[in-house]
Amino acid sequence: MAARTVAKDIITLRGSAAIVSEFFGYAANSILYNRGVYPEESFVKVKKYGLPMLLTEDEGVKSFITNLTAQLSEWLEAGKLQRVVLVIMSKATSEVLERWNFSIETDSEVVEKGVSREKSDKEIMREIQAIMRQIASSITYLPCLDEPCVFDVLAYTDKDVAVPFTWIESDPKLIANPQMVKLHSFDTKIHKVDTLVSYKNDEWDEQ
Amino acid sequence: MNAGSLNSSGTIKTRSHYPLQEQFIQRKSSKENLDRFIPNRSAMDFDYAHYMVTEGNKGKENPVLSSPSREIYRKQLAESLNMNRTRILAFKNKPPTPVDSIPHQISTHNQDTKPAKSRRFIPQTSERTLDAPDLVDDYYLNLLDWGSNNVLAIALGSSVYLWDATNRSTSELVTVDDENGPVTSISWAPDGQHIAVGLNNSEVQLWDTTSNRQLRTLKGGHRQRVGSLAWNNHILTTGGMDGRIVNNDVRIRSHIVETYRGHEQEVCGLKWSASGSQLASGGNDNLLYIWDRATASSNSSTQWLHRLDDHTSSVKALAWCPFQGNLLASGGGSSDRCIKFWNTHTGACLNSIDTGSQVCSLLWNKNERELLSSHGFTQNQLTLWKYPSMVKMAELTGHTSRVIFMAQSPDGCTVASAAADETLRFWNVFGAPAAATKAAPKARTEPFSNVNRIR
Repeated sequence: MAARTVAKDIITLRGSAAIVSEFFGYAANSILYNRGVYPEESFVKVKKYGLPMLLTEDEGVKSFITNLTAQLSEWLEAGKLQRVVLVIMSKATSEVLERWNFSIETDSEVVEKGVSREKSDKEIMREIQAIMRQIASSITYLPCLDEPCVFDVLAYTDKDVAVPFTWIESDPKLIANPQMVKLHSFDTKIHKVDTLVSYKNDEWDEQ
Repeated sequence: MNAGSLNSSGTIKTRSHYPLQEQFIQRKSSKENLDRFIPNRSAMDFDYAHYMVTEGNKGKENPVLSSPSREIYRKQLAESLNMNRTRILAFKNKPPTPVDSIPHQISTHNQDTKPAKSRRFIPQTSERTLDAPDLVDDYYLNLLDWGSNNVLAIALGSSVYLWDATNRSTSELVTVDDENGPVTSISWAPDGQHIAVGLNNSEVQLWDTTSNRQLRTLKGGHRQRVGSLAWNNHILTTGGMDGRIVNNDVRIRSHIVETYRGHEQEVCGLKWSASGSQLASGGNDNLLYIWDRATASSNSSTQWLHRLDDHTSSVKALAWCPFQGNLLASGGGSSDRCIKFWNTHTGACLNSIDTGSQVCSLLWNKNERELLSSHGFTQNQLTLWKYPSMVKMAELTGHTSRVIFMAQSPDGCTVASAAADETLRFWNVFGAPAAATKAAPKARTEPFSNVNRIR
């Protein structure tokens, strides 16, 4: 609250979309690293959000995430994106083991009327930092992924969005009877992003 | 507060029945593990919770306590199923599946085997024990071999005995004269019919086991005892105490075709690779040589492909990997105690594991990526290793003295081990496919019938 009064920062729709899509890029990298979907040595450390973040060096994954964030940013600017889900599946059985769910609430007034909002960069970064810390610490409670895994990203958009050429419609890839943990959220005053991870119920707990 | 009164009345209600039990049952039956929920004030939906506690129950038929997580789940379900409002899109191009890079192999290897088959049962005790009296307790000899005809040959003193694993009958092949003996090495030819017998007097005898007839004697290759033998088709390679390695073509009269000079002391380990192109030899001079068959010249001494001096004790245990042509495992003696893995094309040492005990012999599992090593002091055990992680899968104890020789059955399932305690033990360590269960004894009529005498 104090930060807001000290530094009055103007945030536009475009800027907010950039922040949110960049956040997805880093979050996806962080999840892939922390959950061991790709080998540790394929990541390099960079400084971001005041934290050491890990980015993949794998050209395939890199270009996938770059294309993804570019598209997300476009949808975010149009206010059409409702949710992004990163799904981790078993490579062998394609069973969904983990779902990282980022739901997005867009301020419709901003999209329709093109007004801007006020929120300092610093504050947003601090909120994102808290989420990133939670993602990194999630390994402590998430069940071990003890088999080779693959990931996919689902984007939930408004119905009136034209499906881009490179995208296809998908099923939601839900987990039956999942465990869920809600993480922090962040808000650019234009886009509010809620993070939630759901994962397969540990058989241990069932007994 | 209204909420408080409602809440307390609820608890009073349950308490009127079974105070403690009820609570336990409730917890157990609850599908959500609330203790796994990490609280987050903003996620708690306090407004909603407050509404549910105060007003929500009034109009509701079923006063189910709605937890925040269940609410989120319901919301998520509703949203994801509500296809009218939302479109779920995914990239056509899927992200690349993680490749199993070499350093990552260890973990993927475990992951591969885990779902495929549950952990194999490895019997901790030997399946059968035979007496092997007068077995020469000499680390540098090779006195046990299991032929492709499923007959196990063992040299005890100056005699060679054959134990037919199919019908479990024992026969004596030969007893050499005392001045020539004892037998210092035996090796079955790949055909399972002929057997080479190396002697203390530097000669090598060739026997036909179907007719129990000696075919020929190879002389002149060595000046001292022949402690190691290895077949490569019609080539019988012999390693002697004089440090020489001789290739003998057993079909021709002047049988010595090549001599490999490199070792300065006794050659105790000798193995041809499965392709027959490379020969590994280990000696008492702590050296491991790799020789190339192709570059061997017919006349005189031949230069080695690799001279590997990483072991700090004599190298006897050698085993070529059955699933990777240029991978060799070697084990060092009592002051080295290491198992080392080599790429024999480049001569690179790929891994080294200190086993804590002298490595007398090594065998690869033909069916799984596993390696079995036999050891001496202190445990006298057989250790089964997962390759390449080198995780110990089993330690088989039973022998009371160092296990100097091991041989693998032709089906690859059973391992025979001979130790200085003068016993020969059989272990079903490499899995039990149908063939192995067939070979296992059906019934034991006498309590001590599993201890047979070989003579």
